[in-house]
Amino acid sequence: MSEHFEFTAENMEKAKAFIARYPEGRQRSAVMPLLDLAQRQNGGWLPDGAVDSIAEILGMAPIRVLEVATFYSMYKLSPVGKHQINVCTTTPCWLRGSDEVVHACKKSLGIGVGETTVDGKFTLAEVECAGACVNAPVVEIDDEYYEDVDAESMARIIEALKRGEKPASGSQTGRQTSAPDGGPQTLTGDVTVKSVKKSKPGKAKE
Amino acid sequence: MLADKDRIFTNLYGLHDWGLEGARARGDWDGTKEILAKGRDGIIDEMKASGLRGRGGAGFPTGLKWSFMPKESDGRPHYLIVNADEGEPGTCKDRDIIRHDPHKLIEGCLVAGFAMGAETAYIYIRGEFHHEANILEAAIQQARDAGLLGKDACGSGWRFDVHVHRGAGAYICGEETALIESLEGKKGQPRLKPPFPAASGLYGCPSTVNNVESIAVAPTIMRRGASWFAGLGRENNTGTKLFCISGHVNKPCNVEEEMSIPLKELIEKHAGGVRGGWENLMAVIPGGSSVPCLPSSICNDVLMDFDSLKEARSGLGTAAVIVMDKSTDIVRAITRLAQFYKHESCGQCTPCREGTGWMWRIMERMATGEANIEEIDMLEEVSRQIEGHTICALGDAAAWPIQGLIRHFRPELERRILDRHLGAAAE
Repeated sequence: MSEHFEFTAENMEKAKAFIARYPEGRQRSAVMPLLDLAQRQNGGWLPDGAVDSIAEILGMAPIRVLEVATFYSMYKLSPVGKHQINVCTTTPCWLRGSDEVVHACKKSLGIGVGETTVDGKFTLAEVECAGACVNAPVVEIDDEYYEDVDAESMARIIEALKRGEKPASGSQTGRQTSAPDGGPQTLTGDVTVKSVKKSKPGKAKE
Repeated sequence: MLADKDRIFTNLYGLHDWGLEGARARGDWDGTKEILAKGRDGIIDEMKASGLRGRGGAGFPTGLKWSFMPKESDGRPHYLIVNADEGEPGTCKDRDIIRHDPHKLIEGCLVAGFAMGAETAYIYIRGEFHHEANILEAAIQQARDAGLLGKDACGSGWRFDVHVHRGAGAYICGEETALIESLEGKKGQPRLKPPFPAASGLYGCPSTVNNVESIAVAPTIMRRGASWFAGLGRENNTGTKLFCISGHVNKPCNVEEEMSIPLKELIEKHAGGVRGGWENLMAVIPGGSSVPCLPSSICNDVLMDFDSLKEARSGLGTAAVIVMDKSTDIVRAITRLAQFYKHESCGQCTPCREGTGWMWRIMERMATGEANIEEIDMLEEVSRQIEGHTICALGDAAAWPIQGLIRHFRPELERRILDRHLGAAAE
């Protein structure tokens, strides 16, 4: 028996926009964005009903949707904590101390890797290369990357999350993105080719 | 050192506006219409003359790859697919292009797409790059609003649009045919080749998959000319390259440098040197986790390019330099990579599905010294049974780091086993 799932009206509009990115008759291509959308709507995991619902929307056999949902590591088929703490432990992060970061997580949360705290707030996982290796160790929490993390900053981040705060993501040692510590050694001059007023860098809207 | 005026990615560190206004100030979208006016052959010839080799790892000549697309459509649409599924351990360059210089990539899509007769490009970005994908989507919308994309892209008369497709955590989708499968809404399992994507790719239509960096450098090459790009680096290894320097260096960083820069110079000039000094270097993985490591003796004078590293029996790969100093447990470091490939094998081909597990388990015993001496040769043998016997290159990529370890650090493997066995005998 599958649990009922239905996209909200707002998410249904988003689903249609995803489907429209692909050619007529190729709506199956939207299975990944729709699984992500369903997972976000459902608190971070996919109930059976979501698989069925997406299969119906896209005209796919449910098994084909499930096959995709089980293949990719970012889809979760059982409930997860409110915050998912994914510590990268692949070699570049390991060389910079990811073992200590994992240890700090276990200590702060009182759980092991692959477990969820009893209050349902945190799930701890080790993940493969996060693709931010010059800022290792890297920890992905929900949609944020925390970089240049060590045991101390990791504990601080978790404490802040416990208090319901949203700790600042990016480099925890305060360096400029992937530039060397102490500031860029290249591209230090004016990089414009025309005299146009520079505007400030900022984040994209969701 | 490469001069700033010869750097393509002038907002590599995100100090400036990633948006359209900032991108234009840095020279993007300048004269794009004139570039397209050179025609499909004109663009492809210029790209060939630049000597650009694919920046995703394999190093296949980009212009030549573009020329494989059919000259005339047989009714099927053509597709450009950009591989932004960056996940090769050590590699984090495409992330910086996407979040700090997205318009270089989008303009590159138009130039490359036009040159291949494609009206649509899909950028397949790894799912974990959530904010990067948001920036990319916002930048695409800016380009649409400004008429740079759309029915008459840049006033060229060519219809062109770009879409973002987010992955969901599968390294294998960085393999071009697995990526196409994934884009079609399936499990990311590689396809047998032939047919190659240029004949039958996405939805059975002619398609070309290129790395982010390969596409993002194209507009600058077209603007500054093939001879400028070809004048940097060495013959057959031309241009500039984004290097990612991670591991045991004083200042890990990304940097754009001239191709063929000596490895030692790269590490010392840009990454603050090896922790504890150059003499403290044990080994370097020079091109992302899939290429064999090099011991310090080779690192002294090897050049960072395709041919020099191939000669040293390694590879440039993605130019992700992973540095390990003498404190490193090198066996443990490579064991962790073996675990990575075991985790990421898609399970389609038996030698890879079973072999990556075998190699990882033997490596775990090598790391503790529990293995037997004969197993070193057995491990090598298993790696040779995987290499070349799978549909895609993941099997090779899993085998090479282990082969590199045995080639250069066999005495360390033997020492551990003997120590363990002698210790057991003493008890």
